[in-house]
Order: sequence, then structure tokens, then C-alpha cells
Amino acid sequence: MTVADLSSDLVWAAATALTVAFVAFTIDLSRLGAKEPEPAVVTDATSDADGDAPVAVAVATPARPVSRKAAGIGISTGWLGTILLLAAIVTRGIAAGRAPWANMYEFTLVGAFVAMAVFLGVSTRRDVRFLGAFVTGLSVLFLAVAQNSFYLDATGVQPALQSYWLVIHVGVAIIATGIFTVAFVLSVVQLLRDSRETGNGFLGHPAWRWLDTTPRPAQLEALSFRLNAVGFVLWTFTIIGGAIWAEHAWGRYWGWDPKEVWSFVVWVVYAAYLHARTTRGWSGRRAAYFVLVGYACVLFNFTGVNLIFNGKHSYSGITTQE
Amino acid sequence: MSDKDLYRPEGIDDAYSHPEPEPSPADGEPTPSTRAAPSGRTGRVAPADDEAPGASAQPQLPALGLQGSLRWVWRQVTSMRVALMLLMLLAVAAVPGSVLPQRPQDPAAVLTYLQDNPGTGEWLDRLGFFDVYASVWFSAIYILLFVSLVGCILPRTKAHLQAVRNRPPRTPRRFDRFPAKAECTSAATPDEVVDAAAQHLRGRVRWLPTFRVDVGTEPADPARGLPERRTVAAERGYLRETGNLLFHLSLLGLLVAVATGQLLHFRGQAIITEGRGFANAVVDYDTFENGSLFSPASLVPFSMTLDSFDAQFAMDAVAFAQSRDFTAHVTVRDPDGTSQQEQIKVNHPIVAGGAKIYLQGNGYAPDITVTDAEGQVAFAGRVPFLPEDTMYTSRGVVKVPDTSAGLDQIGLVGYFLPTAEVDEVGARSTFPQPINPLLVLEVYRGDLGLDEGLPQNVYRLNTDTLTPSVDEEGERVRVLVAPGQTVDLPDGLGTITLAAGDVPRYVALDLRHDPALVWILVFALGALGGLAVSLFTPRRRVWLRVWSEDTPGDEPSARRTVVSVAGLARGDDAGLQGEVDRLVEALPGASTASGPPDAPPTGPGARPRSTTTSPRTDGRARTDRPRKADR
Repeated sequence: MTVADLSSDLVWAAATALTVAFVAFTIDLSRLGAKEPEPAVVTDATSDADGDAPVAVAVATPARPVSRKAAGIGISTGWLGTILLLAAIVTRGIAAGRAPWANMYEFTLVGAFVAMAVFLGVSTRRDVRFLGAFVTGLSVLFLAVAQNSFYLDATGVQPALQSYWLVIHVGVAIIATGIFTVAFVLSVVQLLRDSRETGNGFLGHPAWRWLDTTPRPAQLEALSFRLNAVGFVLWTFTIIGGAIWAEHAWGRYWGWDPKEVWSFVVWVVYAAYLHARTTRGWSGRRAAYFVLVGYACVLFNFTGVNLIFNGKHSYSGITTQE
Repeated sequence: MSDKDLYRPEGIDDAYSHPEPEPSPADGEPTPSTRAAPSGRTGRVAPADDEAPGASAQPQLPALGLQGSLRWVWRQVTSMRVALMLLMLLAVAAVPGSVLPQRPQDPAAVLTYLQDNPGTGEWLDRLGFFDVYASVWFSAIYILLFVSLVGCILPRTKAHLQAVRNRPPRTPRRFDRFPAKAECTSAATPDEVVDAAAQHLRGRVRWLPTFRVDVGTEPADPARGLPERRTVAAERGYLRETGNLLFHLSLLGLLVAVATGQLLHFRGQAIITEGRGFANAVVDYDTFENGSLFSPASLVPFSMTLDSFDAQFAMDAVAFAQSRDFTAHVTVRDPDGTSQQEQIKVNHPIVAGGAKIYLQGNGYAPDITVTDAEGQVAFAGRVPFLPEDTMYTSRGVVKVPDTSAGLDQIGLVGYFLPTAEVDEVGARSTFPQPINPLLVLEVYRGDLGLDEGLPQNVYRLNTDTLTPSVDEEGERVRVLVAPGQTVDLPDGLGTITLAAGDVPRYVALDLRHDPALVWILVFALGALGGLAVSLFTPRRRVWLRVWSEDTPGDEPSARRTVVSVAGLARGDDAGLQGEVDRLVEALPGASTASGPPDAPPTGPGARPRSTTTSPRTDGRARTDRPRKADR
């Protein structure tokens, strides 16, 4: 077995572990949903609304606390899958003899890895286990698509990519994408929960009761913002680094190549999001819609631009029908 | 002093999250602030009592007058809502440029599109959709956006220049409504506590204190039973607005730098074959474009020779024929006569005569000689063939107008194949290196149209008016020529010879000069730095009140020092409680374990010590201990 084959097998192993994590997180959510919402959460919400209520709320544990064992299993297998994925990426780099993010396949692997790493990293500091099902689910999806549709044999790269900027520009772009992914999930949960609280008929169904155990929309929004802020700075750096590299490689720092156009669109949408947050009447729900649009642009910039448009960034290595 | 003095563009919601009325010496009992409504509906709720100037009133249409109308328009343009709308418009307007072919990038594709879609294409062309980023509507959006930016940022800069010298706001009378607070007792004296707190808040770096700190004393108020109290008022995050302004001003600078570069730049392309040279003059370029303020006379007259060109391609099965390395070995002769040998690689441009020289393309330029029917040499020279695929199947045209008098002109169209494989289907290249080079050409005769003086594309031959050479079955004759061979052209038109030996290669070089590059970089990095500072600098205020009182209990003579701390942040700030907790930890002899003071001297109605009302995301009970998560 070659190192490249080992890498591919490790990706499948990681996908398997993450699938187990996904199932475990899903079971956890369904268990949470099966219970009445914890009284502590309800009390907390009202106390904050009314300044005169006792402020420090002792978190009253319900009579029979919901077992979060499944979530624990999800975290553990999530770590396992992430470590396996890291091993897959490292072996891929060894097999190719370069930074392992030079084509779409590798970008997807590393992007899924970063999303998982951000999720696990945040979860060491806060309880964001409710995100597990979404992040692991997306990661499994990414890995499966990568293995089945984007796969390329590990090899070197053409002269245009032989630059340390491959490590910097693309590396930072992937990290930004991974962070945007987790922030996107947070905003989705924020919108779902917000809709449920405001009496959306569909989301009022008991099957969505797990939403009541997630943090309040304002808190989800705050967390999503912090991640998006980091992602936005990294994306800004990606564009600047890309411009410097383009100046080195192509003799112009900006040429409205399709990838550049869409990176610009992504940047502008997230910039609009940051402005919306501080605009009266646009914060909260409306700002969250910007995150959805922004992330859709991120995904399109990665998939659509690589596969549909013919530009200087066509490094997917996948030949499309003319 | 208060936030209300700060300029804020209309519609901006950027205030301290928990507005507390600033205590004035006059008001005895501070009125409770309007607490923000429950934040269930939207993520953040605008504080009701913090209207930006002018934001409250709906525009009153009558009685505005001209001046009023202009002011109203200006206020709208510089408002956050309009900026937001323009940003979204900008994103939408940028998209067509990635979908439709663009003239500056690919003029040929635009022509093809226009031919394929005559009706819609014409309208799209009229509306500027084939040069989106120079179109009126795209320019209008970003210029309006920058106008909005200037109108918003300049007043803010002025306000910030004043605000940046402000002292922290006075210590509020009551701490109980702040989102983060802590209380403790200390064995140290109030003065020691205040000194330690001030030192901790200022931080270690003397020239860039974390907090701006004011220490004060509140006199005793026997009427209300209050002892003398020491206070510390501290504020951090002045740099947040600085970063915000730096970011926006850098964007402005970036726009100016890019525009300046457009005016002063030049860009030329030259195709040079191995062993041949190039002189840096406009006539020697194949294409040359320059900004309107660039003077072609300022080109530095250096010259350059392409000594050799190396290309390497992968031989392994995984990435067969993928390019691996291109190196152009050149000799550059400066105007002063000195010369040096250099290498140009992809990603490694060289600098000569103030211009950067990039290796942008390469291919083969076979050395072709054509003799006409009378045996006269009608054409001799190297003809660049443009690669069309990764195997360097290269297309080229040989135009032979200079045939002997009375003879038809000759046009040859076809392919150069570095590693030719010829079978009944046709001829194709199977590897980019010249292992088995072969020319495959179709032959035309007639008037090439070169004498009319109209410029023609040297890589295209208009065959509409020409007569092709065909065989008995009416198929076009294909002439195959290998190096060293001389082959008769069909119909007795003459002969064609491909020179023996290695087929010369050519490189396509881009020479580019843009004096604004360094400024573009400076402003881009300024924007990045400003952005990071503005997004990651917490804006926090911390107040501390310290007083000495009798220890409750059996020993009436014992005194203890009581410390009360409150924190306030602008926007969501999960780290606020951590800031307060760290401050308490840094106080000398502090003990949070001891009971709360019996009678907090902030007046009646003060509640027992509470830990926090700061946003919680984990749903777990909080402890008094500062948690890592908060840092």
C-alpha cells in the first residue's frame, strides 16, 4: 500500500468515525427534545427580561436530568475522526511532496478538518454540543463528496502553484472557510430557535423541542459573530495574500478572474453582515440572513467557480465537459 | 464625556450594551435606566435611550427647503442603511462579470458570445455587461459607497480625535445594574487596593496602557451614612474606533492608489524566441498599453536576449505531461552597457529598467522557409505556434504574401506537434517535449488581404476568400513536415522546409510597471490591521469603589476594606466578567470567600452580591471563579 492509498483509507476511516459522531449527536438532540425544556433555561430567560427578578439564578436541575452520554460519545468519536483526518492530510502531503491543499479534493479534506477543529476547539471552552450533529454531518458530507467526486491522485503541482504563497494564501483561505462553516451552523440554529420562539407553526412541532435546549438566539448570534469576525479578517488576509501572489505569478494583483470576483463578493457580503449588525433594525435575525447568503457565496466560490467557470484559479484538476 | 457626544452616522447601533445614566452630582437618586427589552425577538436590541443625533425624527417633507433637502439627502447617503444597501448592490453587481465573458480579460470570448447571441448580446454590450467593472453602474455603486464612507468616516474621525483624549467616565453611583460585577473584602487599606487596581488595569506596557485609569475620592456623606470612598474609573478600547477608522481610511487610500496606478502604469507583452532579443521600446512589444499619464519616452532602453528556455514535464503515470518547471535563461543589457544573466520563472519575475518581467507563456516557434513556384524564397523565419492543450498541440499560421510577381499568395494553417502521432484519424501530440516534432499544415492560395493596410491578427488566417488545396476526393491536402525535411506544396505552389535541429522555443513575457504597487500594499495591510484591531479590541469600562467599614460580628473595633467592581462593555462581550474577575484577583489581600458586606453604602435597596448577568452561552451554573472561557 502506498502512502497515497493510506491517506485515502484514512479519509474513509475519518468519515466513518465522524458518521458515528453524527449519529451520537443526533441521538443526543432527540433525547434533549424528548424532555420538557429544562426549567433553568426558562427562568433564566425571564430573569433577564425583568431586571427586578433575582439575577443570579441557581440552575435548578430537573428531576431527572437528561443523559448527555450520547453527546459525550459524539465528542470522543469527533476527536477520533478529526485526528484520523489530520493523519490523512499529513500522509497526503507526504505522498504529494508539498502542502496538501493544492486542489479541490485536498481543499475539501482540510476544510472539513478545520470545521471540526473549530467546533472541538470551541467545545473545550463552551458547551456547544448542540452543534455537533450539524458540524459532523457537514464534515461527513464534505468528505464523501471529496472522495467520490473530487478525488485526484497525489502528485506535484504546476509551476504557477510552486510558491510559498500556496501554503499561506490557500491555507488561510481554508481556515477561513472552516470558521465560516461553524459560524453558518450557529446562525442557522439561531434563526430556527428564533422562529420557534416567535411561534412559527412548523418549528413549533415537538420534534423541534431540542431547540429549546440551545442557547438563546442573542447568545448564538454573539458566538456566530465572533467566529465570523475571525473568518472575515482571515478572508481579508486571503484576498490580500492572493493579490500579492497574483502580482508575483501573473503580473497583476487583481484581474477580476471569476475566483477573484467571487472572493470579492464573499468579502462584501460579510462586510455587509458586519455593518448590518451595527445598524439599527438590522441586527439579530436580519443580520443572520447575511451569514446564510455569505456562506452560500463561500460554497459557490469553492464549487461553482472551480467547476463552471474557466479562470486562472481552475486548479480543481477535474476536467469538465466543454 | 458621554457617548452621546460622539458622532455616529444615522442608523448606527454601536453603543455600550447596558446604558447606565451617568450620575451627575445633582441627582440624588439615579433613575433606573430603561432596560433593553427581552432579546428574544432579535439578537440585539437597540437601547431605547440612545438615539443617535437626528435618527429619531422621520424626515418631514414639507418645509425642508433646498438646503434642508440637500442635508436630508446627504444624511441619507451617509446613513448606515444606505451604506448597507450599497454594499449589497456592489456584491450583486459584481456577479455578472464572472458569468459573462469580459473584454479586458478575454475579448475573443466576447466576440464569440456576441455572434452566438446577436439580440441579447447587443443589449448587454450596450449596458456594459462585457466590461462590468468599468461600467457606469458598477462605478456608480462603488463611488457612491466611497462617498458614503467619506461622509461617515470624516466626522467620525474628527469626533474620535476629541474622544481619544477623554478620561474614563465618572464612577456611577450604583453598580447593581451592570452586566458584570464583583465584590470582595480585603485586608489591605483602600489606598493600597486602589493603587493595585490602577496598576493592574494599566497593564505592564507603560507606553500603551490597557486601561486608561482615573483614581478619585468621594467624600464621606454623613447624612446618608456613607464613609469616604476611593474610586477607580477605567476605560479600554479607544483603539477600537482607531482601528475602525484606519480600516475605512485605508480602503479610501487603496482606491486612490489603484487609480493612480492605472494612470501611471504600463504593461507590454513580447514574444521572444531562443537566441533572439528584445529592446524595451514600444515598437518592440507585441502588445502595449499604458495609463494616460505614462510617457512612453520614459521607458528605460535596456535590451534582453533569451539564451535558452527549459521546460520540464512530469513523466509518471499519475500526472503524465503535467508541467513541472519553466525557466527562461536571459541576458539583460542595461543602457550603461553592463549585462547580467538572469533566470525568469513562473512566480519569480525579474526586475529590469524599473519594470517587472514575468514569464507568462511558452511554446514552439518552428523555423520555416517557403519557396514559391519559381524557386524564390518567399518566406523565411520563425513562426510562433500557440499551444492549445497540455500536450502542446500548437496552432499557427504562416502568411506568405511575398511570392514572385504574378503568383498567388500562399497561406498555411495548421498545427505543430512536438511529439506527433499520425494515424488514419489524424495527427495529434502525445507529449509536450519535442520527441517527434511534426508540422501539419493545410495550404491556401489567393489574396491574403495584407496589402489593404488593415491590421490583421497574425495568428489567424481569413480563409473565406482563399482557395484551399484539395486532393482528388475533395479532401484538403495536409502537408506533413519534419525537421530537416523539404516538402513540395500541393498544386505546384512551391516547397516548405522545416529547419533541421532543435525546434526553437519561444517565451511570452509580460513587462509591467506600476509605481503604486507599494502604496496598494501599504493601504491593504493598513486595512487588514485596522480591521483586526477594530474587531478584536474589547471596548470596556470598569469601575471600582473601595471603602473601609467595621467588620460585622463580635469585634467592633476591627476594620475591613470592601471592594465593589462593575463592568460595562460595548456590544456583546463574553469576556467582560472575566475582566472584572481578573481585576478582583489582582487586588491585594482580597478574599471573595468572606460574606458580603452587610450594608453596601450605595444606598437603600441595593441587593446582595450577585455574580453576573453577563451573557451565558453554556447554560451551566456559573461560579465566582473566573473561568478560562471568559478570557
